[in-house]
Amino acid sequence: MSGLPALFYKEMLRFWKVMVQTVVAPVVTALLYLLIFSHVLEEHVEVYPGVSYTSFLVPGLVMMSMLQNAFSNSSSSLIQSKMQGNIVFVLLPPLSYLEFFLAYLGAAVIRGLVVGLGVWGVTLWFAPWQMPHPGWLLAYALLACAIMGAIGIVAGIWAEKYDQLAAFQNFLILPLTFLSGVFYSIHSLPAFWQTVSHFNPVFYLIDGFRYAFVGQSDTNPWLGLLVVSVCFVAISALTLALLRRGYKLRH
Amino acid sequence: MSELVPAIRVNGLRKRFRDTQALDGVSLDIQPGEFFGLLGPNGAGKTTLISILAGLTRADAGHAAIMGHDVIRDYRQSRRALGVVPQELVYDPFFNVRETLRIQSGYFGLKHNDGWIDEIMHHLDLTPHADKNTQSLSGGMKRRLLVAQALVHKPPVIVLDEPTAGVDVDLRRSLWEFVSGLNREGHTILLTTHYLEEAEALCSRIAMLKSGRVVACDTTRNLLQLTNEHCAQLRLDAEAVPAAWQARLQHDAGGGWRVNFSDYAELESLLADLRGAGIRVLEMQLHEPDLEDVFTDIMKRT
Repeated sequence: MSGLPALFYKEMLRFWKVMVQTVVAPVVTALLYLLIFSHVLEEHVEVYPGVSYTSFLVPGLVMMSMLQNAFSNSSSSLIQSKMQGNIVFVLLPPLSYLEFFLAYLGAAVIRGLVVGLGVWGVTLWFAPWQMPHPGWLLAYALLACAIMGAIGIVAGIWAEKYDQLAAFQNFLILPLTFLSGVFYSIHSLPAFWQTVSHFNPVFYLIDGFRYAFVGQSDTNPWLGLLVVSVCFVAISALTLALLRRGYKLRH
Repeated sequence: MSELVPAIRVNGLRKRFRDTQALDGVSLDIQPGEFFGLLGPNGAGKTTLISILAGLTRADAGHAAIMGHDVIRDYRQSRRALGVVPQELVYDPFFNVRETLRIQSGYFGLKHNDGWIDEIMHHLDLTPHADKNTQSLSGGMKRRLLVAQALVHKPPVIVLDEPTAGVDVDLRRSLWEFVSGLNREGHTILLTTHYLEEAEALCSRIAMLKSGRVVACDTTRNLLQLTNEHCAQLRLDAEAVPAAWQARLQHDAGGGWRVNFSDYAELESLLADLRGAGIRVLEMQLHEPDLEDVFTDIMKRT
């Protein structure tokens, strides 16, 4: 029997035990964004013809919450275990680096999806239900959580102190998610920043995910799928290579 | 008779951390069923050696195997065969005692392990604390939980890295009774400790490490015989001692005399000379050499 289910279960139990912080809080945060931005901009902004600003914003907020929470789950679990020293509990048993990866990734994906569902659930009060492309929704949600879960593993292993992880989160993850079209369409940007946005994989995640909700997007969802899939494979390969070497875990 | 597979075999282990050579060619064989002590001053390489056995650290050179399973190549089997009680008092504050032990079992692929978990908790007096969060446990209880976690998968080889550092007398005693019991049942025990009297009482064989090298490795009995310096403390009814003994006898703090000797015949002739001089012995205490003397001696010599 493999130890993978136990490690996955432990990771799930960990965030579930503090769900006020890990699930409820991000849902409330997203709700605040929705209330403020839709109140201010609803009357003035129409990004796509026939789509209200609130309807435009909802998928962006759901995706942003999924991205941040998937990252948070694996990264904070790992840094806490490292700081506490209880990381030895998972290093001593016969778990392979692949099992280690899958367990942390799996729990990060579930946490991201649970938060995403929560955010979507509360936003249903504000924006009418519509879902022309549920297949795209699932594909983009899973890939987004998986990419961020894997980046979270790398960050959690790399960081040696809480403030290093906080720097990673505040100077990389947060700007990436904020500046990728959650609140606006990149077509409203100057040409230079539009070009820059096309090199940001998070932009494709938000754009493709929004396509599933409103049926309109800035780029072709198939192109987006290709970009984010390549991204996921590359980040997973990097994460697995680090884990295999025992980078900062087995000295 | 066929040769037994050693419980622990390390061969030519080397490990360097930046500018310190933590292990400088360590080779050891520990046989199944032994209670083996690993002694050495801080920084001698004890924890590095244990970390290599556990797969937490990778050696620069050399090999290590648990029950014949290489710790790198056959890490699954070697880790299944090994239970490690780490030196630091670590715990996961998200879980209670029972959850901790169930999860730890799960890491070893054991699903229905509650019977054994109950048994270890019972033996380590953890049962009343089963549903307590690990954060609320006392230091001693956290230490017991670490021992319990090391045993969830019934490993034949158990490594204890300074398990009694900062532990009160009661817990230390009950821990040793428990570990000795495991040893009697056939478990191989590898122990590192700073308490030399503990090692002397428990271990059948001892290796001493210094600066990453094994400087002594023998049965505890043989090691104790390395130093034959006995010591006698005497209280006499006279102020002066016979002239022949003035150089050998030294005043001790309590107003008596102290003499070191390696052969009991010397003591006999001292007593004869004292009687000859009409001096009566009011009190006499003999001190046998202990592991601490041997340890100090070896550390000084090497």
